[in-house]
Amino acid sequence: MIRCEHVFKRYPNGREALSDLSFEIGAGEIVFLTGHSGAGKSSLLKLIALIERPTRGQLIVNGRNVNSTTRGKIPLFRRQVGVVFQDHKLLADRTVFDNVALPLVVAGIGEREIGKRVRAALDQVGLLSLEKSRPLEISTGEQQRVGIARAVVSKPPMLIADEPTGNLDPDLSLEVMHIFRRFSEVGVTVLIASHDVHLVEQLGARSIHLENGRIVSGGAT
Amino acid sequence: MNVWLTRHLQTCVGSLGRLASQPLPTLLTVLVIGIALALPACLQVLVSNAVAVSGDLNRSVDLTVYFKPNAVAAKAEQVATTLRARKDIAGVQLISAEAALKTFRERSGFGPALDALNNNPLPHTIVVKPANDAINSAQLETLANELRALPEVDIVQLDTAWVERFNAILDALRRGVLVVAILLALGVLVIVGNTIRTEIQNRRAEIEITKLVGGTDAFVRRPFLYTGIWYGFGGGLIALLLSYLVVILMAAPIRRLSSLYGSDFALAGLGLKQGALVIGVGILLGWLGSLTSATRHLRDIEPQ
Repeated sequence: MIRCEHVFKRYPNGREALSDLSFEIGAGEIVFLTGHSGAGKSSLLKLIALIERPTRGQLIVNGRNVNSTTRGKIPLFRRQVGVVFQDHKLLADRTVFDNVALPLVVAGIGEREIGKRVRAALDQVGLLSLEKSRPLEISTGEQQRVGIARAVVSKPPMLIADEPTGNLDPDLSLEVMHIFRRFSEVGVTVLIASHDVHLVEQLGARSIHLENGRIVSGGAT
Repeated sequence: MNVWLTRHLQTCVGSLGRLASQPLPTLLTVLVIGIALALPACLQVLVSNAVAVSGDLNRSVDLTVYFKPNAVAAKAEQVATTLRARKDIAGVQLISAEAALKTFRERSGFGPALDALNNNPLPHTIVVKPANDAINSAQLETLANELRALPEVDIVQLDTAWVERFNAILDALRRGVLVVAILLALGVLVIVGNTIRTEIQNRRAEIEITKLVGGTDAFVRRPFLYTGIWYGFGGGLIALLLSYLVVILMAAPIRRLSSLYGSDFALAGLGLKQGALVIGVGILLGWLGSLTSATRHLRDIEPQ
């Protein structure tokens, strides 16, 4: 699902965030990306979501080479990748329902179908009762789950998450991670960046450890 | 209903709702656009009314034929008779040299001076009133030339010169309206573009997220285009109202003025077509201003 071959990322300021990354993640696999902040976790996720482009190397996501994806094709590419953020990036002036519906609205899906799918996604994260609330009226853990519902609502084959438990207490963190695991069990490829080594060990899944932009362990399957 | 159409309608109404939720800034922007559009609209009212006035004036052109001093009265009488026979001429008045001298003596107060002259310095004169509907200015000119060709005729005065001048002034005014309209249209583009740019800055987070979940440039741009269209529509309406207000305020003094000239001329506002044109131009400018601004500024906003 994700194939990374000798990928380098150097930012315009000269800092090399990723150097010579090679790994492969299969469909339906759940993989953690660990390492200190600044190790390159976020940079790698940005390459996968096509927010940034690799400086060198090949990155193939869901059968598409990110290097050869033109600007105009980026929206279609992004619809194949659900993204969850640490700060969840919800729109404060819209209801939970409308926030989750956004990926479906941009994809031009009909009203009735949106209603069904949004409720299904909210049900999967256990927030069906909050659809009319606004993001600021609900707790941080709930906000994060709304963010997950939005990432999965269009049933993308792949889900990436950048520190999804960064602002949550341990119990809530574990609960959120279980939600991700359930998605991987139904065939969604999940890649989660987390600095919480303890939590990752607890879940006992494969993890790729980055240090200074290089893979230290977990690169080979 | 078609999903695409539904989305467009929702975006259209949504943009209006967003504008209505900030009534004061919206009103100010719409007012500025409206005033900018009202100026050329009012000038157009002025021009079209001036055209109407000049139409009336064009018809009241008289032709005056002055005979040479040595021409005999019988010849003048003969020309007058020929002219009377024409269908495109409403009235012919022959003023003989003697009658003219008598009138002049009575009215001018130069009686003693005239007595000092040996003979009558005034010629026989014919005043020709063309029939308004049957003759145009070119035909009138032809008639004047025919009369000029007669050996007994000295001068034929056709007062079209000032009508031509008036028409030239109107042409200049029309050009002026066009130039002012183009300049103000550019102004409206800038106003709308700038307002949209601010709006884009304010909704940066929303734009980033929409792009991140796979929203295309066109999708992200759409609400801003509708916002621009609403601004233009509102501005056009304001311009139309302002132009009617001007007509209402000017109506009484203009009526008094025209009655002093013995005319029943009344100021006319913009017609249905011209009114629709003002609104249409407003919408077009709003759309164009937002299109250029949104296309440019939305490119700069990418998720980080």
